[in-house]
Amino acid sequence: MTDAAAAIRQTVADNDVVLFMKGTADQPQCGFSSQVVRILDHLGVTYQDVNVLADEDLRQGVKDFANWPTIPQLYVKGEFIGGCDIVREMFQTGELKTLFDEKLGASA
Amino acid sequence: MAMRVEELESLLRNAFADADIQIQDLAGDGDHYRATIRSAAFEGKSRVAQHQMVYAALQGRMGGQLHALALETGPKP
Repeated sequence: MTDAAAAIRQTVADNDVVLFMKGTADQPQCGFSSQVVRILDHLGVTYQDVNVLADEDLRQGVKDFANWPTIPQLYVKGEFIGGCDIVREMFQTGELKTLFDEKLGASA
Repeated sequence: MAMRVEELESLLRNAFADADIQIQDLAGDGDHYRATIRSAAFEGKSRVAQHQMVYAALQGRMGGQLHALALETGPKP
């Protein structure tokens, strides 16, 4: 396993909800990342944002780790949930809220 | 970098021969597309698996040559 992969594995193990994104939750630097931030904030979920633009190894590493070529990427309890399209679709159908309720308990 | 819509459609068509495919060039720059793909190949697959199948069909171009491809995938109605 590469250093980047080990670091990613650790990050998604240590945090219930992780968003790998371009920019930060406060200052997203891509419209797709920004959409997911808005959805998570709307649902009131606590999450760890990770700015892949800060580290080129990480930026490539998250793509290899999930076998997913684009950013953002959302993980819940260590499981890759999807990118922007899937998160938005799951939000619109209510599945995302259900997922958070089930995985994180009623506090989410 | 950009990709012509014909090239995109042909890559998708090669991978999903039975599919109903609709492609929109969102920004008119050949770099931001939306594709809706309905294929029997997606039956019973998770959304992540469906999108991974599409990315595989693009043979590494996604995230490189092609910047943005909004995807809506699913089995045929």
